[in-house]
Amino acid sequence: MRGFAKLAWIEIKLYLRQPEAAFFTLFFPLILLFIFGSIYGNEPSPFFNGRGMVDVSTPAYLAMIIGSVGLLSIAIAVAGYREKGVLRRYRATPLRPAAILASEVIVHFLMTLLGGALLIAAARIVYGLRFPGRAVVLLAGFTLGAMSFFAVGFLLASVARTARVAFILGLVLYFPNLFLSGAAIPKETFPQAIRSAGKFIPLTHVVDLLQGLWFGDPIGQHLTEIAVLTGLLVLGVVVSAWTFRWE
Amino acid sequence: MPSPSLAIEARSLVKTYGRLRAVDGVDFSVRAGEIFGVVGPNGAGKTTTIECLEGLRMPDGGELRVLGLDPRRDGRELRERIGVQLQQSALPDDMKVWEALDLFASYYRDPAPWAPLLDRLEIGDKRNARFAKLSGGQKQRLFIALALVNDPELVFLDELTTGLDPHARRAMWDLVRGVRERGKTVFLTTHYMEEAEQLCDRVLVVDHGRVVALDSPANLIRDLAGEVRILFTAEAGFDPAPLRALEGVARVERNGDRVLVAGRGDRLICVVINALDARGIRFRDLRTEQPDLEDVFLALTAEAGLDGGAR
Repeated sequence: MRGFAKLAWIEIKLYLRQPEAAFFTLFFPLILLFIFGSIYGNEPSPFFNGRGMVDVSTPAYLAMIIGSVGLLSIAIAVAGYREKGVLRRYRATPLRPAAILASEVIVHFLMTLLGGALLIAAARIVYGLRFPGRAVVLLAGFTLGAMSFFAVGFLLASVARTARVAFILGLVLYFPNLFLSGAAIPKETFPQAIRSAGKFIPLTHVVDLLQGLWFGDPIGQHLTEIAVLTGLLVLGVVVSAWTFRWE
Repeated sequence: MPSPSLAIEARSLVKTYGRLRAVDGVDFSVRAGEIFGVVGPNGAGKTTTIECLEGLRMPDGGELRVLGLDPRRDGRELRERIGVQLQQSALPDDMKVWEALDLFASYYRDPAPWAPLLDRLEIGDKRNARFAKLSGGQKQRLFIALALVNDPELVFLDELTTGLDPHARRAMWDLVRGVRERGKTVFLTTHYMEEAEQLCDRVLVVDHGRVVALDSPANLIRDLAGEVRILFTAEAGFDPAPLRALEGVARVERNGDRVLVAGRGDRLICVVINALDARGIRFRDLRTEQPDLEDVFLALTAEAGLDGGAR
């Protein structure tokens, strides 16, 4: 347990030492917030069904953080560790193999949470963010979305032989997810055809779930999203358990 | 079956990858406190063997005892008591030296203090350096430090000095001798014959997954390529015939004023010099050539039908 805690702590430090990973998780959402916040402000607007732009965008940006950590950070980190032989070296110690993978999940989840907390704090301080939902329910939805996309990240790391391949695969998945889900650009601006196509983009379900929970929807209204994300989680875990290689 | 004086016992060890029998029925045992080396051409099964012993690979057949444990069943308990330096491994680029030691120490029940370890390995001044910034030799020293951080009874070193310059390689040898002097058993693989000859108490020669020879370097050299050559320059009119009659001399060759006496036995040189002296033959520039482990290795692996890649 001591080894596991120490590994998780060092992994956090290593994460923050990589400027690119920290940028996408921690700062990029803030940049978007400030750009669109300065253009549209957060006054209730008929365009957003009587809601403020920042109120609608903040849960969408939470989904964006989940997508970038899952599809890019985890996939690249784990594939890179395997490619370089870091996983081999860890495995040659008494540390349990599951602890090595669990520390990756926990560290990336903490970083996702940190990114989300920074975003919410900035939106609250600068734009008077409103949150009518329930924090516990939102956190549960956030965790489900994160675990689903982390599982996909492990799947990519299992399929990709090198960090470079994982990076390319991750980008190929990330951009459609980012732009068609409403995570980066409000869905309200999309033509109907793209909104329909978006239903086939996994991150759309994270956006819909988190926006719904943000505004206090009963969970019952989001069973579709919960089912899709749970399915993705199970699929990712099963396939990566089957295909994962330590070297 | 387990004996306290044996650190490792392997019997009929087999490991296959698909149709390739990477390790094909290997038997050996390693005594506690010795430096035991495995040499062989690339692909001979050295790394597969060492990784089976470490519990990182599952053998397909045979019996293994490492420190009295079965690596197949007791992998975690075994890794608690052994130190491992892998042939291909790395740490995260941005991990600092002290963080690596601190991290690995936390994996073990009873770690050694790691600060003196860094000093002993002469990387104490690098404790705040990131892994990616270390030179090849410094990385190897760090990996040795990690292999020793749990104060193991048995240390595995897989191609420790590959890629190091000759100076760094010699420094590594001193380190390995130091490890043994602390009462530990060392199991290493190498493809430098000089390294095996300098360092190892006993050497296992493997080829195509099979044992070709197992003995001390000196015995291997004497038994398997035991020819000693004596070369000297003689004055004009030298008659080689009396030397041919000497005990142990196989042949005498003359090339201009240069003479080569080839034969067997530890006493050959005394016999030849005494004979020259007794006959009043003047000679100069005398030197001897002895085969080294490299010659033995090439001879052995050639016998086994190898077609190259030996060095």
